[in-house]
Amino acid sequence: MSAIAAAVGIDALGSWFDRHPRLTTALRWLGWATVGVLAYVVLILLYGKSPLHAFHEIWANTLSSRYGLQDVAVRMTPLLFAALAVTIPARIGQVNVGGEGQIFAGGAGAAWVALTFTSWPAWLLLPAMALGGMLGGGIWAGIAGFLKARGWLSEVFSTVLMNYIAILAVSALVFGPWRDPTSSNYPQSRELVHAARLPHLGASRVDITIFAALGLIVAFDWLLHRTRWGLEIRAIGGNPYAALRNGIPVSRYIIVAMFVGGALAGLAGMGQLSALQFRLNPGLSASFGYMGFLISWLAGHNPRLIVPMAFLLAVLASSGDILQISQGLPSAIVTVLSATLMMIVLLARAGRRAT
Amino acid sequence: MTVAAAPSAVDASAQPAAEPLLEARAIVKRFGPLVAVDHADLAIRPGVHALLGENGAGKSTLVKILYGYDRADSGEIWLDGRRVEVRSPADARRFGIGLVFQQFTLIPALTVAENVALFLPDLPRVLDQRKIADRIRETSVRYELVVDPARRVGTLSLPEQQRVEILRVLLAGARVLIFDEPTSTLPAQEVDALFDVFRRLRDDGYPILFITHKLAEVFALADTVTVMRRGVVIDTLAIADVDEEQLVQMMFGQTPATVHRGEPHPVGATVLALTGATCLGEGRPLVDLDLSISAGEIVGVAGIAGNGQRELADAIVGVSRVRRGHRLLLGDDATHWSVRRIRDAGVAYVPERALAEELIWNMTLEENVILGSPRRYSHVGGLTLDRRKLHKDFSGRLAALGLDLPDASHRAGTLSGGNAQRFAVARELARDPKLLVALYPTRGLDVPTAAAVQELLLHARGRGCGVLLVSQDLAELTTLSDRLLVMRDGRIVADLDPHTTDAYEIGGLMTGGAS
Amino acid sequence: MSAAALASIVAITLALTPSVLYATFGEIVGQRAGIVNLGIEGVMLIGASVGFAVGVVTGNSYLGLLAGAVAGVVFNLLLAMLVIGRGTNQLASGFALYFLGGGISMLIGAKYIGRNLGGLAQISIPGLSGLPSPWDQIFRQDVLVWLMVPIAFALWWLLFRTRWGLKLRAVGEDKNFSFAAGVHTRRVQCQALAVAGGLYGLAGAELVLAYTKTWQDWGTAGRGFVAIAIVILALWHPVRAIFGALLFSAAVAVGIQLQAQGSPISPFILDMLPYVVTIAIVLIWGRPKAFTVPAGLREVFAGTSK
Repeated sequence: MSAIAAAVGIDALGSWFDRHPRLTTALRWLGWATVGVLAYVVLILLYGKSPLHAFHEIWANTLSSRYGLQDVAVRMTPLLFAALAVTIPARIGQVNVGGEGQIFAGGAGAAWVALTFTSWPAWLLLPAMALGGMLGGGIWAGIAGFLKARGWLSEVFSTVLMNYIAILAVSALVFGPWRDPTSSNYPQSRELVHAARLPHLGASRVDITIFAALGLIVAFDWLLHRTRWGLEIRAIGGNPYAALRNGIPVSRYIIVAMFVGGALAGLAGMGQLSALQFRLNPGLSASFGYMGFLISWLAGHNPRLIVPMAFLLAVLASSGDILQISQGLPSAIVTVLSATLMMIVLLARAGRRAT
Repeated sequence: MTVAAAPSAVDASAQPAAEPLLEARAIVKRFGPLVAVDHADLAIRPGVHALLGENGAGKSTLVKILYGYDRADSGEIWLDGRRVEVRSPADARRFGIGLVFQQFTLIPALTVAENVALFLPDLPRVLDQRKIADRIRETSVRYELVVDPARRVGTLSLPEQQRVEILRVLLAGARVLIFDEPTSTLPAQEVDALFDVFRRLRDDGYPILFITHKLAEVFALADTVTVMRRGVVIDTLAIADVDEEQLVQMMFGQTPATVHRGEPHPVGATVLALTGATCLGEGRPLVDLDLSISAGEIVGVAGIAGNGQRELADAIVGVSRVRRGHRLLLGDDATHWSVRRIRDAGVAYVPERALAEELIWNMTLEENVILGSPRRYSHVGGLTLDRRKLHKDFSGRLAALGLDLPDASHRAGTLSGGNAQRFAVARELARDPKLLVALYPTRGLDVPTAAAVQELLLHARGRGCGVLLVSQDLAELTTLSDRLLVMRDGRIVADLDPHTTDAYEIGGLMTGGAS
Repeated sequence: MSAAALASIVAITLALTPSVLYATFGEIVGQRAGIVNLGIEGVMLIGASVGFAVGVVTGNSYLGLLAGAVAGVVFNLLLAMLVIGRGTNQLASGFALYFLGGGISMLIGAKYIGRNLGGLAQISIPGLSGLPSPWDQIFRQDVLVWLMVPIAFALWWLLFRTRWGLKLRAVGEDKNFSFAAGVHTRRVQCQALAVAGGLYGLAGAELVLAYTKTWQDWGTAGRGFVAIAIVILALWHPVRAIFGALLFSAAVAVGIQLQAQGSPISPFILDMLPYVVTIAIVLIWGRPKAFTVPAGLREVFAGTSK
């Protein structure tokens, strides 16, 4: 900010900025946030709609109505898991772009349990499905972690390519051995028995996994800052070379972190399957994995910021659907806006120019 | 180290004082509260001019300012009797100023010709490989800087890389040549060859300024000497008018404290033994290595950098896997142990740049101590942290090691390089290790800090710790070591008595040539 | 396997390769300058959507190719602004580019879903097209296929025989030393990203204008990410990249052929093949020897760069 002030020749303002760093940072973020809102306004205007009308619609249908808030909460649940799936590996310097594939792998794992043990009671079946989801997603991510730990392949490539493989694998299962014979036109698995369905909160569509997600976020934050393991994780993130020489088993942490991240993404898949969709199909995830990546970056990989960022993106996604229905705006706007938001945050954080 | 003094073809001191080609006037440079260069004046004329001082005297900083690598806070630079602004190294080269850094700035993946080409002021859009190679050959023959233009720089030895650096500045059109500690990475034989090159260049009329902290070099080569101490230019004198004692006085202000080895120490049981060890990693492979270190002895390792010293340290500490052979620690077969297990058994490690290689810069000093000894400060696996024991240790053991440090809750990154090094050594010694591996622990430190670190090493030895000391400083090695090993090509080629050997014998073993 | 099937596979492989190969070329230029672009997919989609739109509107697919390339240049400069101008994290910025490009491409392409184009003119090599069927179809390809090898060599010459290429490689190896040698590192990197962007855009446009001849959301199906893998496989060398791209395309072509023959294998398993093959090949052959990886990239992947 002081650079801008200096450029315009307002030296006094520049030194005022230097003397109040906190306030300056807040102002800088406010500035960028305004840019974000303006971007939304511009996009809406480009399609010939009224921004005021649009914002009113969004407010009425997301934050100020009970149904709206429930919708936001439902959207938030998988995003919380997906973001954590990126954050945990990110703290030790691993870039997990494979959340999407891990969600599908987890969904497949949970589906296998649900479709195989149809006679089990809910109190047994649901935890087993959760386990199946975690194992599916965990193993999927763990493979990438293993390849990275051995120094064979960077997780940046392996996770993103494995996304495509996982999604295709689910399609193969759903069009093939798991196909529901009664719905020949629509590719999906058989319907889940009642015992395999997660209970909801009251009459809403919000399921109990949201509590699990919030709990896990708190748990990870506590782990990171209050335990020696967390210290070692932060050490690896700070300087992996030095961490190794201090005796920290970096390879083990890489594999475990990727596995845990994948397991959490798998839980998101299990949640979608068991609470909302009741059948496995190629539409299991609406880019939740990629949104999770976005959220984690917006949060600076800080577990304490995941919830507000996930909330923001859930509102954004919800608003996208609302505007599509009521104003005829294309839903791709949400994608564009989310990406713009990420760029804005990257720019806001970057501050000074690099050499 | 003794280098034969060669008679100069032209006795520069007998000629009337020529106009200085390049001059620094009243240069001041501060880094925060530290005044690195304090109103320094330096005039470079034809002939060989030595800039003498200990580590931290400000010599490198002054010279970097002349080369445009840094900007002075105040002061002037004059070239050919006119004031000039040197804003960047490219600027400096355009003015004809050339600097060969102590740590080379070559790009290893590119060839010699490509590295040189980057410096050529008149490089055409389409590269003519042959013409560039011819120009290189022409200059390299003239000054005996023989090197193959087609080879990748990364495959060259350090002396060969230095030749490329010199060729680069010559072909960039330098009229004044500045060398920052040019002999720090060279064994004795190569130093002679380099000095021959300097003499050839001087005879061709190039003014040469070289930075050093070794008196013998000054007397062997220079016509003039400037002494700096703590950023101040003490004096500039002709060599004929000065002797060793005077220079030492000017360098240190008083006789510097020397580190005493103390009485010969009884050597205890074998702490570490590598037998037939073979390690293959990213760097130099170690093949069939035999090494043993006993309690209470300092084993020095000499060698040209890049001959396996770093790999040896990694192999002992457990970072590299021992593929064949054995690693024995205190009698146990530790061949397949993890780094953590080896450290728990009492092995400590101090690297060259603690802040980059051992400490985590964005964590506090406290947290760094916890990382160094995790089992001591945490329970239930890794669940809880024992901060009380940590505080006790800080005010107890660490303070006892003569460490005078700020608040332990400061981040490691706020320490200066020297203090970080001392903290790293103290942290490791506070663990009461049985074996300490020190990899270039005093490189780049000023004399008091280096002496403090050396004292800590001797202290460890006194407490029965076995110490492996890898260093490029032969004086340090011969003073501190009980045994001196020489490494070359990933092998240990000699086990010498430091009291009965000399720089030439060591140098010969380091290079593999006849001394 | 019958001759017809084999010929068909080879012909399809050749037709598929440009879209991956040009993207790989672009990334080689970018990575040799020290910048990894996770958002190639996004730039390809922009090139594809713009190219398709222009192709439909003007009725001239070649104009579409040009438009796609230009759009790619402009869009990739967004990455330049972020990473070079402001020093943001390369991987995150690239990913944002991927998302943004995908989203914008959906908005642009929405109007043209379902439209079909004629594709590019099929050019035959004189003499070789007189071969007996089925082999003649191999040698009837559009101009971008035939340009693959010449462009590879042109890029090699550009990187290794010109002053611009030397500076670019120096920056990718060591930005600091290059800067000390007087190279304008930011300018060089921007230029590299501009060239790369044009190649990405061309690749995307080629896919929709010459091969699929229709628009589909997210139609590049991960080619942008595969390109990054092929860069490793190719050891950052444009001529070697041809083989990696051919391998990937061959895997796709085999899948297409087997499906057409009514193979019992699930089409989804066949679709997986190219990605599995890519990963496997990089694992087996992709361990770069010394001095093949541009040294400046190491810190990007270690996660220690900003």
